Amino acid sequence: MDLIRMSNVKKTYKTGVTAIYDLNLSIEKGDFVFIIGSTGCGKSTLIKMLYREEKPNSGKIIIGGMNVAKLRNRKVYKLRRKIGVVFQDFKLLNRATVYENVAFALEIFGTPKSEIHAKVIKVLDLVGLKGKIKNYPNQLSGGEQQRVAIARAIVNGPKLLICDEPTGNLDEKTSMEIMEVLEAINRMGTTIIMVTHDRKIVELMQKRVILLDAGRVLKDYAKGTYKNATN
Amino acid sequence: MRLIRIITRSIRDSFRSVFRNFSLSLASISCITITLIVVAISIVLSYNVDNFSRNVEKDVTIVAFLDVDITSERIKQIEDEIYTIDYVETIEFKDKMDIAKDMMSSSDVYKNIMQNWTREDSPLQDTYQVKVSDINYIGKVAKEIESIENVGVVKYGEGMVEQLASIFKIIRNVCIGAVGALIVVTAFLISNTIKITIFSRKREIEIMRLVGASNMNIKIPFMFEGLILGIIGAILPVLTTTYGYVTLYQHFNGQLFSPFIRLIKPEPFIYWTSFILIVLGMIVGMIGSYRAVRKYLKI
Repeated sequence: MDLIRMSNVKKTYKTGVTAIYDLNLSIEKGDFVFIIGSTGCGKSTLIKMLYREEKPNSGKIIIGGMNVAKLRNRKVYKLRRKIGVVFQDFKLLNRATVYENVAFALEIFGTPKSEIHAKVIKVLDLVGLKGKIKNYPNQLSGGEQQRVAIARAIVNGPKLLICDEPTGNLDEKTSMEIMEVLEAINRMGTTIIMVTHDRKIVELMQKRVILLDAGRVLKDYAKGTYKNATN
Repeated sequence: MRLIRIITRSIRDSFRSVFRNFSLSLASISCITITLIVVAISIVLSYNVDNFSRNVEKDVTIVAFLDVDITSERIKQIEDEIYTIDYVETIEFKDKMDIAKDMMSSSDVYKNIMQNWTREDSPLQDTYQVKVSDINYIGKVAKEIESIENVGVVKYGEGMVEQLASIFKIIRNVCIGAVGALIVVTAFLISNTIKITIFSRKREIEIMRLVGASNMNIKIPFMFEGLILGIIGAILPVLTTTYGYVTLYQHFNGQLFSPFIRLIKPEPFIYWTSFILIVLGMIVGMIGSYRAVRKYLKI
């Protein structure tokens, strides 16, 4: 069953640059999909449209039954509460502790304190940071900060996790640790879409891979076929 | 319940944020403090000028001279007739013998001339001294009194009173304008300072949006923060006004230079001024934050 269905999506920026041309794509529930391609191929625009930071000029983007393309700015929060987003630069609150950073995503909806505590501890345990709840982001390594960002993104139990180059700032070993965390989250049923430049990770993970080129899907590799096709 | 939790969290986060971003908060608080002190001074000045002008206006009296051969019944009737005129506030009857007594006590020359006058041979006239509730209608009231039978000449310092009234009107309008303009300038100054403070927290707003905060979820904590900054910023101006004005009042014994210029009594004046300053700080702080956050929200 499709969680995401994009039909005839086109995105042209005000500058006149077209980033996505007539894109058709569907992603099933529970999938782990890599989106790859050279710089400027439209990867970032594609995922920005998924979490509705950008709006397509035409076409439909259906996520879990919601047409994201038609979503008004003031209603974007309704989508964001159903998905999680992780970035290369972590986007953590530097003046808040690890616990507060994760709890923040629940507090803004008015979740009861006891529920917040249980959920935060659970996700921090999942990402291996249960022992660092009182630390501030600047007291953590890059990998640990990314784990906090992942914990924050999944604490609401989203159906979809969007990752925009989450390993871009990390060394190889730490990157693999992050991938293990993402893999574990995916095993629990969360659909993951990850944009990356790291070919090694893509080859190693053996997941579905969508190769973009100049705003179009150049290739859509089924699970486990990418490594063989490129070698 | 959920709403209560959201509001409680907003208040807690606002306090936390004020202290976590202390240097920025201090910039906003200082700006609020300085501008509110200026507002406080202008409020004290303008209210005192207003009070002074009103006191002077209150002292302006219409004197209606009654006919020499008037009967006491007619005198009583005239009083009732004057009371029916609009804008008449108080009426005081002054017997011609009382007037003579007052004049004699003020000068020995008068005393020598008037001491043997009796009610029958006194050339003075009984008078009604009328005070009006609005000095702008004094001419109209005087004219109506003049038209009453057995009322002779009516005097109220024609020309000068109107001039005085118009000067006071200008002064009062200038004072109101000055306070109003200052409040607007204050609002802009404070709101811009808070805007700069919030600019540095653009990232925080971005993260809030990212994790699914609605515009209201984002605005509320920032507005509470603005409110807290406004209250903290108003503390010093309130203390300055309260202690400063009381000290000034006591030092000058309630009057400035002469008994003619009386200062407003500190109570309840200082409480009202403090209330205005706190409310102003709160409102301006909240509006400043609201305007600043709005800029970073996609609405």
